[in-house]
Amino acid sequence: MLTVRERTPSATLPAEDCSIVTRGLTKRFRSGQVAVDALDLAVPRGSVFGFLGPNGSGKTTTIRMLLGLVAPTGGAWELLGTPMPGGTAAVLSRVGALVEGPAFYPYLSGEANLRRYDAADPAADPRTASARIGLALDRVGLAAAARKRYRAYSLGMRQRLAIAAALLGPRELLILDEPTNGLDPQGTREVRGLIKEIAAGGTTVFVSSHLLAEVEQMCSHIAVMRTGRLVAQGPIAGLRAGEAVRIRVETPDLAEAAAVLAASGLAQVRTGDGEVSAELGADAPERICAALVAGGVAVRGLAVQRPSLEDVFVGLTGEGFDVNG
Amino acid sequence: MSTVSGQETVSIGTGAAPLPRARAVGALRAWLRLLGSEVGLTLRRPRNIAMLAVLALVPVLIGVALRTFGGPDETDGGPSVFGQVTGNGLFLTFAALSILVQLLLPVAVAVVAGDSVAGEAGLGTLRYLLAAPAGRTRLLGVKYANAVVFCLAAVAAVALSSLLAGVLLFPAGPITLLSGGTIPLLDGVLRIGVVVLYVTAGMAALAAVALAFSTMTEAAVGAIASTVGLVVVVQVLGVIPQLSVFQPYLLTHWWNGFDGVLRDPMATGEMGQGLLVFAAYIAVFGSIAWARFTGKDITC
Repeated sequence: MLTVRERTPSATLPAEDCSIVTRGLTKRFRSGQVAVDALDLAVPRGSVFGFLGPNGSGKTTTIRMLLGLVAPTGGAWELLGTPMPGGTAAVLSRVGALVEGPAFYPYLSGEANLRRYDAADPAADPRTASARIGLALDRVGLAAAARKRYRAYSLGMRQRLAIAAALLGPRELLILDEPTNGLDPQGTREVRGLIKEIAAGGTTVFVSSHLLAEVEQMCSHIAVMRTGRLVAQGPIAGLRAGEAVRIRVETPDLAEAAAVLAASGLAQVRTGDGEVSAELGADAPERICAALVAGGVAVRGLAVQRPSLEDVFVGLTGEGFDVNG
Repeated sequence: MSTVSGQETVSIGTGAAPLPRARAVGALRAWLRLLGSEVGLTLRRPRNIAMLAVLALVPVLIGVALRTFGGPDETDGGPSVFGQVTGNGLFLTFAALSILVQLLLPVAVAVVAGDSVAGEAGLGTLRYLLAAPAGRTRLLGVKYANAVVFCLAAVAAVALSSLLAGVLLFPAGPITLLSGGTIPLLDGVLRIGVVVLYVTAGMAALAAVALAFSTMTEAAVGAIASTVGLVVVVQVLGVIPQLSVFQPYLLTHWWNGFDGVLRDPMATGEMGQGLLVFAAYIAVFGSIAWARFTGKDITC
């Protein structure tokens, strides 16, 4: 099921089941530029919500508005069921955030930096601070570098420390802006694993990214921004369902293969360079394979292609997803 | 309530619906914790330690110079306290403070207070403090309180080092006041305490100005330079005879107004007026800082 901008998402989901709800959230900068235009987001509790869009599409401005750093010029929003910005003091202690990259005091150690942020949270218990800081550092794999000065941290370590800062207390919602920026492939995998683990504990994770593949691998829901407007949002499975699964056969016998596929009742048979493909529909791929072999087709390779999100967006918006914005 | 897995064992926050009084105590404790973090950050920073060291060194240099070359001739018309230093080491405190309050103390205060908000904005740490959530008014209050603590530390550094240098380099004993009478040594030390508090109040007023500038920029250097520049300009305006009608409104005019403690009984009139001016500056510039900081988009 897919919610396109024209439909109101909050109408399809009761607000109390959402960790984040925005209604017509708008930010027009003094320059007149509209960074975010009438955004209606509904982030279900317990979801891993991918907030997608090219750089400059308004993701970070949205996150800054959600956290009360930037005042919207229009609209309203709720975090964890509490209207904002009135509930800032009460709600933000239960929200962990990573906004536009790490920012720490270079002359302090990683541990001292976390202690500093913990001290700023009026709801944090100083008696458990050391335990919570140790746990957070441990979870992001920085326990060994806890006493090292931040200045000496690598880019990946800095990003991890920022994630640790978001995990300082029990959080009901994590807002992570491009959490894998600057991480190597191994670090990216680890962060993905960490996010899944956190979500498994019941915490809603709202994660922005300009990388489709990344979002596809860890999110249950997504929303897509383009130039300040919401293009689509909904459960990822629902978005995928709009696009058909295809079967692709590698073979030198193109004409025969195409004939067998058509005879098997498959639609949209396409012949390409050394391969033939068709919409699989509900058919079992092994049945098609047997039919091909029985039809005397030399099958060199057979693959079932599930639509990637990229295909979904091309189908949905009629445009490619230009990651370079 | 859903929590991040693996963290159930550590609790955050207080229980459900605490009594208003308990909540106020909790809020105060959290405020003091943030102030402690702030003061720790300020007093551990090498730059600030260096400034305090320089401030403490200057009275020693003045003392050594007076010891080596003798006090100024009375006919020179120099500040009267200088002539007294060689006779009684306690006067070194008054002499050192009256010199340092002109520029060096204001510069140190401008650096710390001007950096307070702009420095965090420049580092990007401001957005994380506010998302913690530190609260804008609360954070600004802590920032200002921290600046005042630094003012006190800076003035106390000057006072203590000049007290020590004065006692070591010169005779110390009952103080002969400017008005002619004599008070016991301990009484003199108490009066130095009064001066320390008065000068701290004057510096706290400057800190409010610097804090207001600090909320207007993301470049700490800009806020610091504006504050120091303003001090210099105002001091120049203060010595132009044609502009003497404005003098009572100039902050710098009152910084030096603690001569009254050296009279018997203590003349508090000028200091009282000075404190009123300081309070007015703190109120006006504190309001500007608050209005600016609570209404501003944090985009860095």
